[in-house]
Amino acid sequence: MDRKIYGLLAEFDTATQVVDAARKIREAGYKKTDAFSPFPIHEMDEALGIRRSILPYLVFAGGVAGLLTGLGLQWFVHVYDYPIIVGGRPYFSLPSFIPPAFELTILFAGFAAVFGMLFLNGLPQPYHPVFNVPRFALATREKFFLLIETKDPKFDYEETKRFMHSLSPQEVFDVEE
Amino acid sequence: MQNAKDLNEIKKRIFPPMVEGNHTLASVSDKIGDVTLKKRTPFGWFVGFAIAFLVAQILLFTILYLVTKGIGIWGNNQPVGWAFDIINFVWWIGIGHAGTLISAILLLLNQKWRTSINRFAEAMTLFAVACAGLFPLLHTGRPWLAYWLFPYPNTMGMWPQFRSPLMWDVFAVSTYATISLLFWYVGLIPDFATLRDRAKNPYFKFVYAALSWGWRGSARHWHRYEIAYLLLAGISTPLVLSVHSIVSFDFSVAQLPGWHATIFPPYFVAGAVFAGFAMVLILCIPLRHWYRMKDFITDTHLILMGKVMLATGLIVCYGYAMEAFFGWYSGAQYELYMVKNRIWTGPYWWSYWLLILCNGLSIQLLWFKRFRESEFWLFLISIVVSIGMWLERFVIIVTSLHRDFLPSSWAMYSPTVFDWSMFLGTIGFFFTLLFLFVRFLPIISIFEVRTLLPEANVHGHHEEFEDNILMSQESEK
Repeated sequence: MDRKIYGLLAEFDTATQVVDAARKIREAGYKKTDAFSPFPIHEMDEALGIRRSILPYLVFAGGVAGLLTGLGLQWFVHVYDYPIIVGGRPYFSLPSFIPPAFELTILFAGFAAVFGMLFLNGLPQPYHPVFNVPRFALATREKFFLLIETKDPKFDYEETKRFMHSLSPQEVFDVEE
Repeated sequence: MQNAKDLNEIKKRIFPPMVEGNHTLASVSDKIGDVTLKKRTPFGWFVGFAIAFLVAQILLFTILYLVTKGIGIWGNNQPVGWAFDIINFVWWIGIGHAGTLISAILLLLNQKWRTSINRFAEAMTLFAVACAGLFPLLHTGRPWLAYWLFPYPNTMGMWPQFRSPLMWDVFAVSTYATISLLFWYVGLIPDFATLRDRAKNPYFKFVYAALSWGWRGSARHWHRYEIAYLLLAGISTPLVLSVHSIVSFDFSVAQLPGWHATIFPPYFVAGAVFAGFAMVLILCIPLRHWYRMKDFITDTHLILMGKVMLATGLIVCYGYAMEAFFGWYSGAQYELYMVKNRIWTGPYWWSYWLLILCNGLSIQLLWFKRFRESEFWLFLISIVVSIGMWLERFVIIVTSLHRDFLPSSWAMYSPTVFDWSMFLGTIGFFFTLLFLFVRFLPIISIFEVRTLLPEANVHGHHEEFEDNILMSQESEK
């Protein structure tokens, strides 16, 4: 073979079909798989065996970091670096410090959610082999795709291709590297 | 046993469809995407954009004059040291809140009707916050030094004063603007990918490709994407409530009669949502006509928004009643005088009664189905409510400040032409941004509308089970 293959891509017409096929792929023992759809399909997580992301923990950590930054900053400013009495309140006037600390909690948690999601997803990634399949442009419109990568230990070009055809897809494509 | 047709009718009655017409995954993508990609820009767009852009120039000239002459060109002076600059700031910020309510709170409450209006409501939020931010920024007098408001180590050895509600405002509004932008952008990523894959023009294709960050709709990506989206909604909900609460602290932390009231935070938040829904209606009624989006923004959407407006409007009316009650119940002579001065003996009594007419009486029409179902009346009531919410801030700020404790320091306030031109200019700026948004970005969230289609359901046994329950419940009746 003179061209390098990244994997095999099967096209499906409906969400129900793609989820059924994904279940069969998983039952057949393939691990390096992925599905592509124009909208999130909740059943797909279970069908492909996607483990729950650690993202919520990152967001929680972001929120805690924001809270500590907020309180620490205000403590540093009003107790340590430039203590000054305002309105007869103590140097560390917690009730007055809650709004900025709260806002920073939200801000850092929001950054963690968005940038954590992009980081874990490996985005931005302008190039990916699946884009080499012209029909793949429909994955953002109306079609559903399943991918088995060549990296999968069970992958064997002929056999895997036959297996994918058995899932009754519209078509099976070779994904070039 | 009844047949399938009956089942569909029952379903339709209990859950009115959020997408009308016979749409498929492909037709949804095409219909919304083509507004930006394919259709010729309608002539009306150029007319509207030109008008908005011209009005925005008024803002530019006002700012130029303001910066060269100083804020003395405005009408505010002692004792009314805050006037149009804070009225308009609160008005714009409040309008923005409906966008976050629709995108975040209604998502958490699993209200499916948010899906086709959240995108432009969020855009509205961003543009409204941009307009709002201009007012305090320019009121500082030297806007080029506005970065002094942020805590950063500097050679002056100075720090901001964190015990001040104005400082809280800086944190609240800047966080709100940032999180709203992130939320909006995250929602746009899959739609940018759709536009990338559909664009024929290579320049557009390149720009949308860059903006989509290589999104390819992978199941693993969607999994994390949905978690991030839900968490963003979860943190935006307390955020939006905190922002207008903090805005209300600008007033209620002060000792001034008319400002120093515990009702302020919830009353301001309700008012913000009230004004915001009015603005969403003002924008979406013409939009769905001009861009033929009635399949997505259905009459059901308008009716529901009318109901939200009625509910929040009534909370606001409760706020007005409580303000007067607090003044009377306190027994303090200054509070009592403030109420009397505001409502009937003072020179600004007319503004109070106009406010009650706009915000209290006009919305009572929404009790009736006839008015909720009429686009014309909803549009008219929304405009009246927008004016009313502006008057509310005028009443709270001007009637409280102009006569405080010492009669020797009483004075009248009247805005100058520059106060008006600045306000008008921000309206032009807001609509300029909106016209650009409508032209270049998908105005309705494409991937979320797809999830509303029957095609998006994965068929399984639970569905049949639910249908059976539904049928048996109906036959019992």
